[in-house]
Amino acid sequence: MLLGVGFWIATAIKVFAIVFGLVNFGAIMLWVERRQSAMIQDRMGPNRASVTLFGHEFRVAGLLHSAADGIKMLWKEDFMPPNADKFLYRIAPIVSLVPPLTLMVVVPFGPTLFWANRGSVFGDADGSIYHTHREGFARVWDAAATSIPLHISFADSGILMIFALGSAGVLGAALAGSSSDNKFSLMGGLRAASQMLSYEVTMGLTLIGTFMVYQSVRLEEMVTWQMSHVWGIFVQPFAFLLFLTAAIAETKRVPFDAPEGESEIVAGYFTEYQPMKMGMFALGELVEVFTSSAVIVTVFLGGWQFPFVQQTGFHFDYAGITLHWYWSHLAVVLVGAVTFFVKMILFALLQMQIRWTLPRFRYDQIMRLGWRVLLPASLVNIFVTGIVLLFLNSSAH
Amino acid sequence: MGTIVIQKPRRTVADQTYVVEVAKGLGVTFKHFFRNWGQMLSGGRPDVTSENYDDGVATLEYPEEKRAYPERFRGVHRLTHREDGSPRCVACLMCSTACPAQCIYIKPAEYPEGHARRGYERYPVEFVIDELRCIFCGYCVEACPCDAIRMDTGVHMTALDNRADFVFDKDKLMSIPGQDGTHLTANPRHEPGDKTHPGIDRIKQHH
Repeated sequence: MLLGVGFWIATAIKVFAIVFGLVNFGAIMLWVERRQSAMIQDRMGPNRASVTLFGHEFRVAGLLHSAADGIKMLWKEDFMPPNADKFLYRIAPIVSLVPPLTLMVVVPFGPTLFWANRGSVFGDADGSIYHTHREGFARVWDAAATSIPLHISFADSGILMIFALGSAGVLGAALAGSSSDNKFSLMGGLRAASQMLSYEVTMGLTLIGTFMVYQSVRLEEMVTWQMSHVWGIFVQPFAFLLFLTAAIAETKRVPFDAPEGESEIVAGYFTEYQPMKMGMFALGELVEVFTSSAVIVTVFLGGWQFPFVQQTGFHFDYAGITLHWYWSHLAVVLVGAVTFFVKMILFALLQMQIRWTLPRFRYDQIMRLGWRVLLPASLVNIFVTGIVLLFLNSSAH
Repeated sequence: MGTIVIQKPRRTVADQTYVVEVAKGLGVTFKHFFRNWGQMLSGGRPDVTSENYDDGVATLEYPEEKRAYPERFRGVHRLTHREDGSPRCVACLMCSTACPAQCIYIKPAEYPEGHARRGYERYPVEFVIDELRCIFCGYCVEACPCDAIRMDTGVHMTALDNRADFVFDKDKLMSIPGQDGTHLTANPRHEPGDKTHPGIDRIKQHH
């Protein structure tokens, strides 16, 4: 093994935490979808599923409805259309669910946890913990002995892996549409494939502006840049709007949910899918809401950084007010992780709110928006960013 | 003369980019969301019978909250009592005849020898209503000359597990109180032999 045991254990824990967290968030998003939608629509939403413990009924505000849905899905009859393509029909939900889970490998959900000098993790950080420290039992090449970065993959491709895996999600929808023996599914699959591909282009091009500003494609370096300068949304506001629109279109949420139809083409590309496979599609979609929020938060909103918090604590030095509040390293890491999740959740809630604000776009409007409005706009964004950077760099010399 | 020229509304730049409209729409939905959420958390909801007119969450949490039925609502039947606890019903069979769903079965019987009411009235030894067949039209109540059967219980027939539970016999029908809680009615019941009895007495017998 090139890397030590500690590294693999840390990675396994991180993978478990991310997958477990995401799938649970998917189930919680189902609850949020039902209750938040209800609150917006002046009704209550489901709040009756309860579990009786020790003679006392716990309703948990309807969270158990997600569990009830899951259990119901497991017990239902799993029927496959007779003429459906057996292999493709079965793998389509898997191809749709796995990419959103895997694309979180490159997203950092907190600052690096340094613990070479273990005593000072809890105490005041005087800078000594950031120096690597040869210890007696920890091997020098076991990276986890000195620091644990809170992202799973160290790949140099960074955000390009997100694009690659996002494109794999297109395949799931297309397979589902074409392998069910149903014309409505086929139309839904067609719409899904073409819509997702169109908005993938925009997503990539908008982020090129951010690559030019951050000088990197690795997400952890983007967060570091945002920590030392300003958040991405202030340097690339236009790209933020474009990327948000493209991300919502990519995940096929309303107002871009023409592939799902729901009133036009029955249920779109998952018409013919029975319980648990349908559950996998739905879970995949909800998990995608979270992962797209995570990417937006990391690239544009400073990732895991709470405003004005640096490696050593809370520092505010503007407008004449000076406040330096030194925190221990563990506190910084915990605040970072919690901030990341809170921001991710807020963006997921925002996407849920947009769902009930906007009516669905017509399919030709979606395609026109993707190719004739967002794509030129993202190209313009690249040009303008390049020109501004050129001016700034030339004036700096 | 007959033509009106309607100006096509021009779309401004703000409309075309849609961003302003999205923001305004989000304002509307957030307003509803926070108002309803705050209302739910604080437990303050307007009167459940008028919730459709006020702003806020419009859902009734049945069965904890119910909408009041109208005064003349026809619920399950009840057999009313006389002062001594016996049913007012004289087994004239007018209700079972009038019933369009034929859900009432009455078996009449004569009072035993020496009873004060023998010869004047009969009594129902069996009085069975199948509430599942009943269409709750109220014809039986209109047909009864003795104010013996009423549908003013204010309770609708709830769903049960098996058909047998829907068949109400005489004891069950007599045990259901009216909305005021009593088993009596406001109509007076004159017993035979009573001076105020409007009908025939033992002196004027018919042959």
